[in-house]
Amino acid sequence: MATTIATAEPTRRDMLFIATGAVAAVGAAATVWPFIAQMNPDASTLALSSTEVDISAIAEGQIVTVKWRGKPVFIRHRTKKEIQEAEAVALDKLPDPQPDSARVKKPEWLVVIGVCTHLGCIPLGKQGAFDGWFCPCHGSDYDLSGRIRSGPAPRNLEVPEYAFLSDTKIKIG
Amino acid sequence: MSGPSQYVPKNALARWLEARLPIIGFTYDSFVAYPTPKNLNYWWTFGAILSFMLIAQILTGVVLAMHYTGHTSMAFNSVEHIMRDVNWGWMIRYLHANGASMFFLAVYIHMARGLYYGSYKAPREVLWILGVVIFLLMMATAFMGYVLPWGQMSFWGATVITNLFSAIPLVGDAITIWLWGGYSVDNPTLNRFFSLHYLLPFMIAAVVALHVWALHVVGQNNPAGVDIKDVEKDSVPFTPHATMKDMVGVAVFFILFAWFAFFVPNYLGHSDNYIEANPLVTPAHIVPEWYFLPFYAILRAIPSKLGGVIFMFASIAILVVLPWLDTSRVRSAVYRPIYKIFFWLFIVTVIGLGYLGSQPPEGGAVIAARILTAWYFIHFIVVMPLLGLFEKTKPVPASINDAVLAKNGGERVAAAAPAQ
Repeated sequence: MATTIATAEPTRRDMLFIATGAVAAVGAAATVWPFIAQMNPDASTLALSSTEVDISAIAEGQIVTVKWRGKPVFIRHRTKKEIQEAEAVALDKLPDPQPDSARVKKPEWLVVIGVCTHLGCIPLGKQGAFDGWFCPCHGSDYDLSGRIRSGPAPRNLEVPEYAFLSDTKIKIG
Repeated sequence: MSGPSQYVPKNALARWLEARLPIIGFTYDSFVAYPTPKNLNYWWTFGAILSFMLIAQILTGVVLAMHYTGHTSMAFNSVEHIMRDVNWGWMIRYLHANGASMFFLAVYIHMARGLYYGSYKAPREVLWILGVVIFLLMMATAFMGYVLPWGQMSFWGATVITNLFSAIPLVGDAITIWLWGGYSVDNPTLNRFFSLHYLLPFMIAAVVALHVWALHVVGQNNPAGVDIKDVEKDSVPFTPHATMKDMVGVAVFFILFAWFAFFVPNYLGHSDNYIEANPLVTPAHIVPEWYFLPFYAILRAIPSKLGGVIFMFASIAILVVLPWLDTSRVRSAVYRPIYKIFFWLFIVTVIGLGYLGSQPPEGGAVIAARILTAWYFIHFIVVMPLLGLFEKTKPVPASINDAVLAKNGGERVAAAAPAQ
């Protein structure tokens, strides 16, 4: 084998190596991408991403659970007393401060995703120290606005995207 | 494992094959002539026990996959179909489900053996790290397998564990949705778990091959913790000595396995998993399988979501750097009187964490889990480095032969024939 002579100047061969390597890297990334992206939600899953709910039958004080994107959504028809209680909470007492008004479109209707923000269990309604929800898995306590008050969950129950189509009908998603 | 093969082909066909693919010679050198320390005790049979467990799991698993349906609407019923309709289906499923538990029991004993006798220490670091990789693959395989029957614990276990990834800052939610293939654990999740549950055991088998390769390069550790110096005096051929001893270990272990599978097949399971998965009802108390309980206890002991996840993964990752955290020059705990105490304290800590992981996270259980979690890490980060500096070790025998003689009336033999 001939000995390699080190040259200070880059050669045409160096250029070709780099160019070939760059094309190969882009090609590899382009090949890998579909294999990663196939795991994301598919078209049929995305197609089920909104649902309409008739809320006229939900009595005051009642919580109804509907399924949206495979997850439960709690629709709570709050009483006057419950609304006052939720609005009266001082924000500095909250781990994830949010006023009640920022979490509802109409004060009597609270719509939250029923998935504990800790590790995804379903909290139980009208239980716990704050009469909101209590998660049986690891003991997170939510209040009448679905806000985390104590326990390991880091965030308030999420408010899904929803709109009032009429006074008695909402569209979630 | 170097140098020319000791295998001598006995017939023309074997000679012909050996000149083209020396597979008989390779097997002979690795599993027949291979020099084995002559002082190995029964704790060393768990490597063979684990190999047999892997084979048993793959065999029963391949058969179960012939009858199982990986769809949310049919998975639960297809498992009941296996239990009631398929010929011998009940037995094969109970062997597979209890086999997972037996696999973990054996791997924990195998790991504890490594910790006690310092099998992770130089030059066996790569061998040890490959073992940690196998352990991680086993955990992933077992977790995904537990999801397949699509019972309540399957569903909620999958929900809790996949939600661990949502603790990652910024990209956590996107990663979780990517893992699920939807917005919750659902059919795409079940389907991919089935695919991966079938794949991973073969990846385990591949890493086991590397593990055995690394073992045969550096040689087996042994209770004395000294390497083979004189092949004639310190070692015996792998076959028949180690092979036969391994078979005794495998047979005894399989009696235990059979007892679980045939007499108490559901003892290690959870009754909630005989209720079909319901995404709208969470069971009152979610617990993982027993072999994950210590890690589950660490997860819950940390009062922060991200912190808990980090500590749980760190509790396994720390094993990777153990060879460098242990500063002692002596391998075996036989000659390390203080380490021996800390070793048993560590075993008690892990079992204690396992118990606390099975309890509801309330009151005293949380505080106890925090103390034991702290000790788990202190053991590796503080005790292991300091012991090597301060511990007064006992004299280590000069060779495996000396260790054997010292244990079995060596004084008399040594007096009759003084060492050369």
